[in-house]
Formats: sequence, C-alpha cells, structure tokens
Amino acid sequence: MKVAVCVKEVPDASAPKRLDPQTFRLDRSVAGALNDFDTHAIEEGLQLRDKGGEGEVVAVLMGPERAADSLRKALAIGADRAVHVSDEGLAGSDLVATSKALAKALERESADVILFGQQAADSDGAVLWAAVADRLRLPVISQAAGLEVRDGKVKVKRQTEYGYDVIEAPVPCVVAVSDAINEPRYPSLKGIMGAKKKPQETVSLADLGLSADEAGEDGSRTEVYALGNPPSRGDRERIEADGGSAAEKVVEYLAGRKLI
Amino acid sequence: MPTLVYVEDHEGEPVKGSLGVVAKASQLGDDVAAVLMGSGVESLAEAVGRHGASRVFVADDPALEAPLPQPRVDVLAKLVESEGFDTVLFGASVLAADVAAGLAARLDAGLNWDLVDLELRGGKLVGKRPALGDSVVAEVGWKSEPRLALIRSGTFEPLESGGSAEVTKVPVEVQDFSKQAVMVERAHEESQGPSIEDADVIVAGGRGLGQPENFSLVEDLAKALGGAVAATRAVVDAGWYPYATQVGQTGKTVSPKLYIACGISGAIQHKVGMQSSGVIVAINKDPNAPIFEYSDLGVVGDVHEVVPKLTELVKARKSS
Repeated sequence: MKVAVCVKEVPDASAPKRLDPQTFRLDRSVAGALNDFDTHAIEEGLQLRDKGGEGEVVAVLMGPERAADSLRKALAIGADRAVHVSDEGLAGSDLVATSKALAKALERESADVILFGQQAADSDGAVLWAAVADRLRLPVISQAAGLEVRDGKVKVKRQTEYGYDVIEAPVPCVVAVSDAINEPRYPSLKGIMGAKKKPQETVSLADLGLSADEAGEDGSRTEVYALGNPPSRGDRERIEADGGSAAEKVVEYLAGRKLI
Repeated sequence: MPTLVYVEDHEGEPVKGSLGVVAKASQLGDDVAAVLMGSGVESLAEAVGRHGASRVFVADDPALEAPLPQPRVDVLAKLVESEGFDTVLFGASVLAADVAAGLAARLDAGLNWDLVDLELRGGKLVGKRPALGDSVVAEVGWKSEPRLALIRSGTFEPLESGGSAEVTKVPVEVQDFSKQAVMVERAHEESQGPSIEDADVIVAGGRGLGQPENFSLVEDLAKALGGAVAATRAVVDAGWYPYATQVGQTGKTVSPKLYIACGISGAIQHKVGMQSSGVIVAINKDPNAPIFEYSDLGVVGDVHEVVPKLTELVKARKSS
C-alpha cells in the first residue's frame, strides 16, 4: 500500500511566537519544528505500510526551503521518501491556494491513502484535508480515532461532538487522523542517520503546472487587515481559603451576578 | 450582502450554534437565508424562521441522511451559485468545518475560520480571529466573493425573532465521489444531560480530581446548577470520562454563561476551548496554575473539600 502523509513545519512550541506587524504573517524566522499533530499521521502511515507488508510512505510538505529539516524528521521517523513543495511564489498562500498546490503534488503520487494530522499547531487550521479531497475528487473522512484498511476499503472511527461514528470509504481516499489514534514513535538514531540517504525531491510551482497567480497571495482569497489585543477579562478576584468559607464566597459571588 | 447560513441539525433540532450565526447575520442587517440539509429536515424550517431567517432552503433527501460533508458540498455549491449568495456562514463543528473547506475548494472561495466576531465596516465584511493561543486577535477579510466563514462554536446566542420563513425546496444531486464515504454506524450519545455545546452552565473536571470516581463531585455540582459536565483533554485521554464531554479539541469550544473548572491546571488547549465563557470560576490547589490567569474568580483550595461544600450550598439555596 502506498500512503502519502501531508506534513507541515510550524514554529517550535518552545520558541516565542509573533506575527509580523507588516505582513501579519507568522514570523517564521524562529526555530521551526515538524507539526506535532502530523507525527500521528506519519505513525499511522507507517503502521498501514507495515501491516500491508509492502508499499511506501511518502511525506509531502509545502513550505519554505528551511522546512526541509521537518521533512527530514519525517524521514527519520520512518517515511521512505519526501516531496518538498517549495517555491517563493507560494508564500502567503491561504486555504484556496494551499489546497490547490498540495492537490497537484498529491496527484503525481497516486497514493492509496492520503493522511493528514488533525490540525496545524500554528494557525489552528483544521480544514485543509477537505479542500484537498474536493480538488482530488476523493472521499474524505476526518477526526479518525481508529483506522483499518481491508479489501480496498478504509474503515474509520470518527470522533464527533456526539460520540463515535463508523465510516467506510474505498481507497484511494483522504483521512485526517485525530491525535488520539496512536502514540507516535520517536526517530531512532539509525533513523536519523539514514534519513539523509532517503530520496528527497523538491517541486516548484512550474513542476506542478501552476501559474504564479494561482499561488501565494495572488492565488489567495482571504487577507489579514490588522492585529489587535483580545478583549480583557476585566477584574479578577481570588479567594484563598479552606473548604467551607471558600465555597460560601463562591456562592456569594455567583449570586451577586445572578448566576444562581 | 445576500447571506446564507448553513444550519446543522442534530436529533431533530437545528443546533444552537447555527441559530446563533443566523441571529448574528440578521443583526448585520440583511435578509438572511438559511439552508437545512438532511433527511426529514423540512419540519425544522419553521424553527429556523422563528430564529431570524427570512428564507429557508431545504435539501431533504435520503442521500443527506448521514452527517457526512461531501454530499452537502455538492448541494451547497449549486445553491450558492444559482441564488447568487455572496456570503456563506457556518457555526463550527466537525461536520461544518469539512463542508466549509470542501465548498471553499469547489468555488475557489476564501474561507476564514475560528471567527469570534463579524462586523460590517464601510460595507466591507470583517471577521475577528484569535491567533497564537488567543493572545492576539487578527482582523481578517475576503478578496473576492463568495466569502465563507466558520464561526467558533458557541460565539453567538440564538435569538427568537418570532418571524416566519419562506420555504424553498432545493434539488439534491450528489456526485459519484461524494457518495463513496458511507456511514455504517452513527454516533450514539455517550453523555447524559445537556450537551456542553448547549449548556448555560458547565462544570468541568481535570486531573486534579485525583481519580475517575471523583468525577461524581463534578456531576453533583453540575446537577445542582442544572448544567452539563465537561472534561479536559488529559482526563479523556486517560479514559476517565467520555470524549463527547471534552473541551479544547479542534472545533470544540464552549461558551456557557458560567464555567466552573475543578482541578484543572489550564493548558493552552483548554484555554482556547472555554475562554469565551461568560464567567469563569477556577478551583485548584496550586496557586500558580495557569488557569488562574484567565479566571474571573480563582479559588485556591482543595477541590475535594470546596466542590462538595459548594454543591451543598447551591442545593440549599435552590430549595429555600
């Protein structure tokens, strides 16, 4: 089975994050890291490959040149091959533009299963897979907390607000996995050493057959106007007391605000 | 600004989040249309009209029975194009996010997500989206039409305007690839009582409760207050409480009038999931717990002592 896993580089969780006051884009000059949520998708891809006995896992990343480090981490964890969609013309791409480029890159792979992590840690975006699936005209299932592939069909346990659904779809298909699906493995020393030798390909807009006005800001349909501070929560109160009197004070506080 | 609101339904009722978006759209000053999609959903049109939609489109077809996104994208794309809607709004949910993103690709339309407010500025629609763990708010917009937006769940309150809507049936044609995903088992409720999306009062428990059995303290307080029980990511992962009650996962934010956090330290995911609540009360024995930074009232104390006492006092107050 061939699995493509879409991964993203996000600012390192420990680095202070800021938005560029000029462009309103995330300042990506701080240290980057492979999006944690995507490691669950890689893990699931490796398990599918290994259960099937043969096949490969291809990690696909769209991002600037320096994001190659995150792609290398995906290889170190166990992916067999990497595709880096990288082009200056892609900077500032929104959902419309990103899904277009990624769909083109995935089309070249013709994977049986295309996996995504459940969200991007930087933008909190949790929408890309559905847009990519629509462009590829493939079935999509999100929030997968369990995934099986058998007889050319995926069977997914989907987490929703109301509990668990079970959904089936034939391959090829797109699945976004929840981080409850597995415990991702860490790269081994051997994996890290071997990552450099694995095939890595860089793909430009031209390689994908996309023109400049279909990518980056020109290809985007949304924009950011300004940044501001969130509304303050106002005055805070604090009670430091033992059980009895603290509870009385809480009741007083709630009653004063007509909450009870 | 001809606006269409996607109204999701669950167990025979339009969901509160969608009706809240209808209310907000009406407040922005236009005739607001809504669309219902499902099987046997026509009867819900009246309720949607009562909440402020002047027109309700109904796509009622067995092909739409399961809450799956792709058939809905097919119907919605046709409707938006044929009726010329320039704005389509969604209350966020697992389903709505996939519908909105699929529609964005289908129509090459801009989608802004996780919005906590919408306003018209000189005729231009501007959305507000918290970023970086809600430490800043970005003002976002659209460069072309139609404009698509996902509103953070629980952001706007529904409002009964008492109106009635003109109901129009929508033809349902579903593309082959959209039929390929099939629901073989539908989620059944794991939680009892009001759902956390709809509750005015939420009492939430975290690791600080010590063990799963102690969730009874949280349940008792929720019952006394007529509220719902929620749980943190950590305790759901540990199997203490069902997933349906989890606050702070993708797309799952709550905004009750009152949120009481018991034994919750307050990781960033939790914060993002509940900080739009009206009043936040936190009870935790660690005075340095991050949750105190975003609580209106912080109680530094042992949940095992404070919570039962609080339940007792609330009960006494209600019965007096």
